[in-house]
Amino acid sequence: MRLDAGGLIDRSRPMSFRFDGRAYGGFAGDTLASALMANGVRVVGRSFKYHRPRGMLTAGSEEPNALVEVLEDGQQTPNVRATVQEVFEGLSAQGQNAWPSVRWDVMEVNDLLSPFLSAGFYYKTFMWPRAFWEAIYEPVIRRAAGLGRLSGRHDEAAYEKAHAFCDVLVIGSGPAGLMAAQVAAQSGADVILAEEDARMGGRLLADRGMVDGQPGVDWAAGVVAELATMPNVRLMTRTTVTGAYDDGTYGALERVGLHVAPQPNLPRECFWRIVAKQTVLAAGALERAIAHPSNDRPGIMMAGAVRAYVNRWAVAPGKRVTVFANNHSARATVRDLIAAGVEVAAVIDPRPDAPDEPGTRVFKGARVVGTKGRMGLKEITIDHEGRAFRFETDCLALSGGWNPTLHLTSHLGKRPVWRADIAAFVPGDNAVPGMIPAGACNGDFSTAACLAAGQAAAVRALSVLGIKPADIALPAAEDDATDMTPLWAVEGKGRAWLDFANDVTVKDVKLSAQEGFSANEHMKRYTTQGMAPDQGKNSSIGALAVLADTTGKGIPETGTTTYRPPFVPVSIAAMGAGARGMGFAPQRFTTSDQASRDRGAPMIEAGMWYRPSYFPKPGETTWREACAREVAMVRGNVGVADVSTLGKIDLQGADAARFLDFVYTNTFSTLPVGRVRYGLMLREDGFVLDDGTSARLADDRYLMTTTTAAAGLVMRHLEFVHQAFCRDFALRFISVTETWAQFAVAGPRARALIASLGIVQNLPFMGVASVMVGGVQGRLFRISFSGEEGYEIAVPARYGAGLFRDLVARAETMGGGAYGMEALNVLRIEKGFITHAEIHGRTTAFDIGMAGMVSAKKDCIGKAAAQRPGLNGPEREQLVGLRPQGDVAISAGAHLFNPGDEAKRENDQGYVTSVGPSPTLGGYLGLAFLKDGRARHGATVRLVDHLRGIDVLCTVCDPVFHDRDGGKMRA
Amino acid sequence: MRLTCPLCGPRDRREFYYSGAEDLLDRPEADAAPEVWHDYIHLRDNPAGMTRDLWYHEQGCGAWLVVTRDTVSHAISGVELVAPPQEGNASGGSISAKKKPGRKKKEAGDAA
Repeated sequence: MRLDAGGLIDRSRPMSFRFDGRAYGGFAGDTLASALMANGVRVVGRSFKYHRPRGMLTAGSEEPNALVEVLEDGQQTPNVRATVQEVFEGLSAQGQNAWPSVRWDVMEVNDLLSPFLSAGFYYKTFMWPRAFWEAIYEPVIRRAAGLGRLSGRHDEAAYEKAHAFCDVLVIGSGPAGLMAAQVAAQSGADVILAEEDARMGGRLLADRGMVDGQPGVDWAAGVVAELATMPNVRLMTRTTVTGAYDDGTYGALERVGLHVAPQPNLPRECFWRIVAKQTVLAAGALERAIAHPSNDRPGIMMAGAVRAYVNRWAVAPGKRVTVFANNHSARATVRDLIAAGVEVAAVIDPRPDAPDEPGTRVFKGARVVGTKGRMGLKEITIDHEGRAFRFETDCLALSGGWNPTLHLTSHLGKRPVWRADIAAFVPGDNAVPGMIPAGACNGDFSTAACLAAGQAAAVRALSVLGIKPADIALPAAEDDATDMTPLWAVEGKGRAWLDFANDVTVKDVKLSAQEGFSANEHMKRYTTQGMAPDQGKNSSIGALAVLADTTGKGIPETGTTTYRPPFVPVSIAAMGAGARGMGFAPQRFTTSDQASRDRGAPMIEAGMWYRPSYFPKPGETTWREACAREVAMVRGNVGVADVSTLGKIDLQGADAARFLDFVYTNTFSTLPVGRVRYGLMLREDGFVLDDGTSARLADDRYLMTTTTAAAGLVMRHLEFVHQAFCRDFALRFISVTETWAQFAVAGPRARALIASLGIVQNLPFMGVASVMVGGVQGRLFRISFSGEEGYEIAVPARYGAGLFRDLVARAETMGGGAYGMEALNVLRIEKGFITHAEIHGRTTAFDIGMAGMVSAKKDCIGKAAAQRPGLNGPEREQLVGLRPQGDVAISAGAHLFNPGDEAKRENDQGYVTSVGPSPTLGGYLGLAFLKDGRARHGATVRLVDHLRGIDVLCTVCDPVFHDRDGGKMRA
Repeated sequence: MRLTCPLCGPRDRREFYYSGAEDLLDRPEADAAPEVWHDYIHLRDNPAGMTRDLWYHEQGCGAWLVVTRDTVSHAISGVELVAPPQEGNASGGSISAKKKPGRKKKEAGDAA
């Protein structure tokens, strides 16, 4: 029921929205919960297990009952707390965990079966017969499990990630947080004030207390207005700090667009990483319930929430309210209700010495022992001095005291500490380095104490930062004691709920203890208490108290379960913002990328690079046709390929040569200027790290190339070797991978193509020269990865696109053209050249037939370990070539067996690393590692690929299939 | 987690590559016994408490760092350059393993 006046809603801005298909009206400033309550909607959800009708319990993000599905544009977001979702024009939501609706739910039958659905039901029931598990139990349980439903479609909405930095992060904008932010800001610190709510003010928005002689809500608005004008302050509303991490790093979730109708490009949420030098935690406290019989009916809600609905949203949660509370703070609810014109039928106060309350009757030493009203509270029964009284009431305001919101202080592993004087857990000392808890989250509940604590926390933070705190007078405010006498559960007939969302009752917790699950962590898992979306915010302390009572151990000894991030549910879409689809990984494009795409080349990923797979010609329908043509083109004429993705490292200095001698197995100091040498690099454990060529450009300058895959790895390795072992060397090096575009020109007519560019160079095989290419200073290498006469021509990257088009055009006029990765792969397999398919981290120089490249004359990285027993010898799997006997395809990944042996692990003789269809030799070729392979050339092995159903006999041969003496590339 | 790079200042840990214990700096002589090499390459302590680990500022200056960190409290008490800047680095020095005095080498066979 909407009150005629008051509240922080904007009555001049009505909003219409839909819930469960029906249209309702609300105002700007409403949450879905307050608007539904204003419209008299009491049942907004169904509980998880028993499908009990449920209404709002709280007014904040801790809400366990009012979980709804928000619908927009075919999307469906489940488990949105109606207490957090702001109303906007066109909002559409529906209840969840119910069919056909939250008012009529067929699964309500579970409620009647509740005697059989006690704690551990699943563990006890679905044990046997074993055969039933997969076929029957699991599908049924899976269908019944889970809260809410997804649309099943991709979430196409926008999300963002962002980073922020500050001197002082203030978490929460109640009296403690505002005071801390004000002091820190006026002292000149960079301040971020993060508030979960849409509006700053915290409890001051929900209460009517006075601060500094004015209503608290006005004082808060004044402070916020002042902060908003300061350039050193960032105010972040709708931003929940979700986790505390090492070294002052915090995760925070901002609701950017969830409170307005969807707009293009407006992210729904933004996930922040905030780095703060100091943090003031002013997260407040959460009110706790009392587990009395039948305490879960719609209309039973927290006393503080009732007060919030009345004061902030001008909604009366009932017409005739009763209050059941063991503390003084709930009396404000009584007074605010009466002031708003709502009848308070009775106050049931278990404290025998409870004070009277004007305007209503107080039953001292009394308890609520029963309630009635299936779809909404109608009546309560109380026990007062042994006599039962019944009251007609449609709203019971419940308060069992307050639990400090200390979750973030536990995120680095520190346990909260029990304070018996306030019967609550408070943060442990220095639980998160750099974080200072202040106010209600630290056990100081009165407004005056919060203001003072906020100021003190800010002063402490500033002193750590070396900033002189501004002198700000502390505003006056109420300083009433909470005066709470603990009462966790009320005995009586009927179920008493602890965890509303997961339907865990006092009986379940007791049963858990009786059945041996008496440790807190065991109880939690056995009963599922605290495992619902609210993560036990409403229930864990109460359940803990019941458990402690059952086991006879005290609360401090029983201890809390561990609070872990996130504090509120965080959508995966927000955490992974920007990483969908093409955003999943960075993309690197070569200078020839557009030209390749223009020619219709399908692009494939090579690391983060995109490279052309092949260049289809009209009439070619498969990659094999194009690949065969391109291979033949290189073998018979000339082909052009972009090889810029290979890593390039420019090494300079008097000791560059010595350095290369140390990182390569072979010697580079003897390489003449103007020459190129193939080199092999090992890891320190003796296995092959990478291979490639290095060119000596000058006495003190080398250009190293690495494989595409290992470019970053090699750079890291070189930096380590340099800084760890060669730090006195006169040496500098830098990656120039992206500085140069480099193209292979290969084939018997490669020299003619190079000459047509006006480059007159009679380069010997493995030579390098500085050349002018179309007026641009470039480099020409005579190296070959194809086995034909080959050149690589390099120009500064900005000329790459032009040079590629030019080279391809020249090749085409000669009857050649561009070739892609498929042809490149077949060409190198025909030559037995290795890639990271072969040097995959488990092969040694010996295995690939390059033991002779490990120089005996010098030390190098990996040399000592490469000589270990077991890394050399006939027991090793050695690189061989394979040719299938018959015209059949073979596959990489297949395993090798002796013919006649069963194809099983024990008989394994090796495996295939690379295969390709060879137009040059006909049929498939393979490179493989075979036990004692070099001694088995000419032998027959059985190749088996269980996955692809391949089982063929192959002949073992030398891995170099084509032009074994290398005459062609040396021509 | 954040590391304060001596060259770049405080940075998010995502800028760094982690490479395990600083033991890698104690490279044995080329002709050292196989057990010594085995120890160097494979054997590592796994302490609950202080560790000295190698980190590489891959997204920054490229410096290799030794980070002193408590694995229990996560507190970082020191970040040093593997190769501190030196004066007069004009001509070549020798290949040398960093020998850290006072660091106790494990006995061979300690792994059991």
